[in-house]
Amino acid sequence: MYHDASPESLRYVGQGPARLESKQKLTGQATYVADMAMSGMLHARVKTSPHARARIIKIDTSKAEALPGVRAVVTGEELDYRLGLYVVDKYILAKGEVRHYGEAVAAVAADSVVIAEKAVQLIEVEYEVLTPVLQPLDAIKEDAPLVHADLGSYDYFKPAFTPQPGTNIVNHNKIRKGDVEKAFTEADYVIERFYTNPSVQHVPIETHVSIAKWGTDDQITIWSAAQSPHTVKNLFAVAFKIPHRNVRVQVPYIGGGFGGKAGIGLEPLVAVLSRKAGGRPVRLQATREEEFSLLPCRSGLQQRIKTGVSADGRILAQQMTQYWDAGAYADYAVNVQRAASYSGSGPYEIPNCWVDSYALYTNKPYSTAYRGFGHVEFHWGIERHMELVASAIDMDPLEFRLKNLLRPGSRTITGEEITPHTGNVIKCVETVAESIGYGKLTDEEKEREQRTGRKIGKAVAALQKAPAMPPFTAASVVAKMNQDGTVTLNVSLTDMGQGTYTSLAQLAAERLKFPLEKVHVAFETDTDRDPYDWQTVASKGLMLSGNATILAAEDLLKNAYEVASQILRATAHDMDHDDEKIFIKHHPGRSISFKEIAVGYAYPDGNGIGGPLIGVGRYIAQGLGHIDKETGQGLPALDWTYGAHGMVVEADPETGEYTILKIASAFDVGKAINTGLVRGQAIGGMLQGLGTAFCEGYIFDEQGRLLNPSFTDNKIPTAMDLPLEVDAYVVETAQIDGPYGARGVGEHSMISVCSALGNALQQAVGVELTHMPMRFEDVWRALNNKTPIDNWITKSPVGSCRSAPELRRHE
Amino acid sequence: MKVKTTVNGQVYERETVPYKTLLHFIREEIGLTGTKEGCAAGECGACTVILNGKPVNSCLVLAVEANDAVIETVEGEGAGNELSDLQAAFERHHATQCGFCTPGMLMSIRDLLRRHPKPTVEQIKAGIEGNFCRCTGYVQVIEAVLDATGQSAKKGELKHVS
Repeated sequence: MYHDASPESLRYVGQGPARLESKQKLTGQATYVADMAMSGMLHARVKTSPHARARIIKIDTSKAEALPGVRAVVTGEELDYRLGLYVVDKYILAKGEVRHYGEAVAAVAADSVVIAEKAVQLIEVEYEVLTPVLQPLDAIKEDAPLVHADLGSYDYFKPAFTPQPGTNIVNHNKIRKGDVEKAFTEADYVIERFYTNPSVQHVPIETHVSIAKWGTDDQITIWSAAQSPHTVKNLFAVAFKIPHRNVRVQVPYIGGGFGGKAGIGLEPLVAVLSRKAGGRPVRLQATREEEFSLLPCRSGLQQRIKTGVSADGRILAQQMTQYWDAGAYADYAVNVQRAASYSGSGPYEIPNCWVDSYALYTNKPYSTAYRGFGHVEFHWGIERHMELVASAIDMDPLEFRLKNLLRPGSRTITGEEITPHTGNVIKCVETVAESIGYGKLTDEEKEREQRTGRKIGKAVAALQKAPAMPPFTAASVVAKMNQDGTVTLNVSLTDMGQGTYTSLAQLAAERLKFPLEKVHVAFETDTDRDPYDWQTVASKGLMLSGNATILAAEDLLKNAYEVASQILRATAHDMDHDDEKIFIKHHPGRSISFKEIAVGYAYPDGNGIGGPLIGVGRYIAQGLGHIDKETGQGLPALDWTYGAHGMVVEADPETGEYTILKIASAFDVGKAINTGLVRGQAIGGMLQGLGTAFCEGYIFDEQGRLLNPSFTDNKIPTAMDLPLEVDAYVVETAQIDGPYGARGVGEHSMISVCSALGNALQQAVGVELTHMPMRFEDVWRALNNKTPIDNWITKSPVGSCRSAPELRRHE
Repeated sequence: MKVKTTVNGQVYERETVPYKTLLHFIREEIGLTGTKEGCAAGECGACTVILNGKPVNSCLVLAVEANDAVIETVEGEGAGNELSDLQAAFERHHATQCGFCTPGMLMSIRDLLRRHPKPTVEQIKAGIEGNFCRCTGYVQVIEAVLDATGQSAKKGELKHVS
């Protein structure tokens, strides 16, 4: 919508105004769920499983129930509700069997957290410990123990998923384009490698927290740090078989989500505690340790990539087999895996391509959406592989990429044709290459190598991502005019820090021709008040809710013009407006102010017309469809945001220690609606990507117990980990159906950061890294041809992270 | 037991239990919820307050240890409804995203600026090293501090490729 608006005509789109809510956050006034207190509120704690796989023989809650101050104790036996976004496979509390370390088996609500904690310790659980299946490659074996023996009886979303009962395969997607076998025989080189990523944790600084009140007549109110209030409402109502109108979900400020709060989390558990406690509100806030194991993480991935290329460096065929470690429940993992199948080649034109992508149950904490939705993980393999293929055929990796990247006329692996409006990945790659001075060292860099004894490497990595969402995903926005002529937008897309509300206000102000100060977005979302939005995920919010915002603004204006038309006795066609009033174009002196018609116009004699001005905007993704289950062909992508990272790293060729000197990123965002917010996404995601690249990852012992559920043993980047120089670029190839040409960029900054680092380390010291993360000792192992530490199940349980942090201090 | 503290210039006297942390005392007994809990283990810095002139993780301090102490929290950073220069610079530079780490981050920087009124980039990084931020990538925070201390009002640039 309005993708071809000339930049000179735009007042707010393309600027960088401050966030609408920044003052609330900067003064400590913004209210998050944990800041809410209600009269009669109880506090909950959870009893979790110390085993990865065990049969529950008996749970004795009598001592807990006898403790003064305990108001409710629940176990799985009394609850018969199953939940699941795509495969309905998860009980609220484990029933009969625990399937991962940290799984909830019982819960308590009490007068205080201290009493609840004490009660949890008094609950006695007798287990029969079973051998867990921990590796996806073990889980796919025919004789593997089944994580879900009842898979065949579960309900699931049939158009998109194919669980295979009697196995641990909860979904399998195929892409079949061309004839790979034939193309491999025709290729001059065939290069095959295996790449792995461990599971990682999102780490929002606010842990999951929910309050619920199960009131009289099954009226349920939930306050939750949830990204997708309508999804919480929907899954809740379906699981409990109660009408949707009975469930009200309110979301105040959210302290970061990154996908970890995208679905349903603690809400059902606190709700059943509230029900048992006679309708008193119950609050549960996850501890940081629970955030790692009770709540979901990002899937691990192991993938094999086999590529056939011609002597002149053209990719002829590629076969990929992805084994996704879903953990104990399917949650979003099956959709992550599905998205990774149809996007799995990265932004390359591959005439013959096969993908087999499996989501596998294992006895590990279950996995969900995480910024990038699978693309961080598979681009690790793809973009390392492109580097290794180029090296193998003795071609410059940048040149190799430029030769094979998608361009207008190319077809993706699902058969979608790339047009001049799709976005320009070549430009992104060229931009970052230029920014880092690709292919040569400056005099300063040469001098630095001399001085430090370290080697400098420069590399690029490309990326693509489309929103992974149902093809019919919809959003809506209501714009209401206040009595002073200002406008309030109601949306149920949430703003968890990404800043979309500010962008929506800019879009509304732009379309209304109102000053930005006149547009407010209601910050605390409420499913009883705010119109439907599917979810706040997938980098689709700006596009879908942005379009709905423009449509709501237009509807509001249409309604205002209709009233003005009666008052001014002129057709809407002959009228125009400024930020105060609607006027007749050829008699500008004759006008009516928005203030006078905002809630209905009153004639001097008291007669009224019009009524309150409200605009409704509804938008649904158009022209998309389910991909074919046998061939993967079809049109799944709302839009493709392309991008690239360029990295300059210096590494010690003996010890493997390294410092990142520079990162440059470029994304084709179509149109940067808010330049400050886009830059914030670019840099924030880059550092989150670096965390994944250089230290984060779950470490388990051989019994499947998580060894590092804390910031001591699972570090995330601090300010000290910043590269010395950071550059953020945007390319703007307008998306025709995007608001003012924009497309989403919330996740993309995290993708291919790790592959760029791996590539730069290869260029610096010649290491062939195929496993994530790349701690100093991993680089050292690669330098010395030691076996990589594979998939983070350790025989020697010593939780460790990136070594010797004092060595990474910048000079 | 009784704990008497001065928080942002106001005196509070509250009955409390010996195991209550200063963080929970400030949030639950005094009712100032700007200070956040991120890990309850002294690792993330979200709960940073200034205690008798020194920044501390208030989740690692017991309320009883703060008897007779002078405490500063995010609620005292501005003057009434006015943002401090530091907060205003944060706003201009998009230095807050989800906002959950921001109160603790501001307290660490307030302490830094007392020690180094014009901190270098390296000093700023060291000053906020104990404050995890998962959203911003810290760059816009550093730019805001440079601006607030009169060293560079230049906004970080999103570069457009033509």
